[in-house]
Amino acid sequence: MAFELNGNTYETDEEGYLVNLGDWSEDVAGFLAQQEKIDLTQNHWEVVNFLREYYNDYQIAPAVRVLTKAIGKKLGADKGNSKYLYELFPYGPAKQACKIAGLPKPTGCI
Amino acid sequence: MAVVEFETPRLKEYPVIPILQAGAMAHSQPFAAAAPIQKALGFPGELVEDWQEQAIAKMGELLGKYRSLKVYLDTCVHCGACSDKCHYFLGTGDPKNMPVARQDLMRKVYRRYFTFTGKYFPKLVGAEDLTREVLAEWYTYFNQCSECRRCSVFCPYGIDTAEITMAAREIMDSIGMGQKYSNEIIGKVHKIGNNLGLPGPALEDTLAGLEEDIKDATGADVKLPLDVQGAEVMLVTPSADFFSEPHVESLIGYAKVFHQAGISWTLSSHASEAGNFGLFIGNYEQMRSISMRVREAALELGVRRIAVGECGHAWRVAYSFWNTLIGPFDFLDQNYPVPQHICEVTYDLIRRGALTLDKAANDHRIVTFHDSCNVARGSSMGNMPRGQFIIPREIIRACVNNFHDMAPESIYESTFCCGGGGGLLTDDLIELRVKGALPRMEALKQVVDEHGVNFMATICAICKAQFGKVLPYYKFDMDMVGGVHQLVSSAIRLGAKQ
Ligand code: SF4
Ligand code: SF4
Repeated sequence: MAFELNGNTYETDEEGYLVNLGDWSEDVAGFLAQQEKIDLTQNHWEVVNFLREYYNDYQIAPAVRVLTKAIGKKLGADKGNSKYLYELFPYGPAKQACKIAGLPKPTGCI
Repeated sequence: MAVVEFETPRLKEYPVIPILQAGAMAHSQPFAAAAPIQKALGFPGELVEDWQEQAIAKMGELLGKYRSLKVYLDTCVHCGACSDKCHYFLGTGDPKNMPVARQDLMRKVYRRYFTFTGKYFPKLVGAEDLTREVLAEWYTYFNQCSECRRCSVFCPYGIDTAEITMAAREIMDSIGMGQKYSNEIIGKVHKIGNNLGLPGPALEDTLAGLEEDIKDATGADVKLPLDVQGAEVMLVTPSADFFSEPHVESLIGYAKVFHQAGISWTLSSHASEAGNFGLFIGNYEQMRSISMRVREAALELGVRRIAVGECGHAWRVAYSFWNTLIGPFDFLDQNYPVPQHICEVTYDLIRRGALTLDKAANDHRIVTFHDSCNVARGSSMGNMPRGQFIIPREIIRACVNNFHDMAPESIYESTFCCGGGGGLLTDDLIELRVKGALPRMEALKQVVDEHGVNFMATICAICKAQFGKVLPYYKFDMDMVGGVHQLVSSAIRLGAKQ
């Protein structure tokens, strides 16, 4: 599967996750978010950027606890919980935010 | 996510057998495993040219290897006792989801090629060729069975549809028709060490973060040790315990139990996964090689005991198959069960008075317990009859003041699957998962209405993830599901014993 954006073609898997990590850009993120019916605010970007940084270091998305803690530090303790993350990404922070961040989908019993 | 349009079933006052809706789930299929995923497991990358011949040969091989499979295919008398016992039938109304109908998908092919009458008078016995259409039906409906074995409890002959499903998936894999979710995950276990694909350094970082959290919350130095040589106990747990909510709360619970009991323990980066999807795809070799990591890690670390965390099918594999697959365990301490469920560890400590549990810490919770299918119908605990039902409930009762069981026909050996077991916990099957959860949701609603239950405890990572996802479809809070050791974690008093 694939989608077109600004004259470029981007390959995705069956569920719309980017196949090539290197294809990601802010515009691509915007497009993917739109598909998910999400308007990216500054707070969404904090999450997306953290996911990308963490992935860069560890080759995996952060565990939910690691993510909530990091977001709590950046956006305030009242936002450092999964409830808030679900408000931002209703289909689940791990899966939906990873998609927008251009990372592969986490698998397993999650 | 792809928008799937379907209606969530209405919760009824009492369960009724649904009106038949032929073909209601004929459209529901999981994504196929792509060639690289298949090949990594030694399966053909795509449907092989002589698939029919190969499939029948494979079926013959399995019939020879597993006597039970032949008996199951021969003995069904179509009495119908199983027909309304499957949660997927109850939730979808699709007659092909009646266990007997699911079996018949294989039975008709078996009769055609392996019985005298089927070979010469196929119409007489409902025997059918393995055509492309039949194969497509296999892929559809053998991926709508969570291998939960509930039907087998009600069958007068004990016919186990789960085993037939496993055989069908094994045959399909062998001709290049694998399912993406399970096979991708098995590939990750071999490559990275766990279902999630969580590499060692990430695991280390995650555990260090959790130690900090526990310290902040309790002031105690509870450790989550990794790869510690010479520890007494090695804990093997589902990788979801490291990654997800509410799973991680139970991981913290196990750590507190070991800490408070003064037992030295360790996790292993080599065996950083208890789950074993080899079971789900019915592949003995996969089941064995995935299990082997546990033996290797235990020997390498020189531990004396192996404990298994809250994971239903892992416990079935450990309890029922490890000895044959990766035994003997003569290098372990024989004074303890080999292997030992984390609930057995905790229960034993509670009975010996080694833990101080403050039930009032859970007073905001009114608790029920969901028996997970693989624990309930594929294992036991505590070296006593029905221990797998008694022990988790005894732990809960020691940790909470308010506990209410759900309706008797929905618990113990009659428990309903969560709807996401057996390799079906994937977004491409969300409609099936939501509908298959209906019988459990109805039983839950009853105790919610009658007793105000607000927490459903369980000891399976799949159940936790599945309920977290489907509870909101039924207007329940996703936080209602959690682990037994999550309750232990809240109740346990750390520090010197008073
Ligand atoms: S094993 Fe479970 S899911 Fe499969 S047919 Fe029987 S009741 Fe249904
Ligand atoms: S209960 Fe057993 S014998 Fe009766 S129809 Fe079902 S599988 Fe066949």
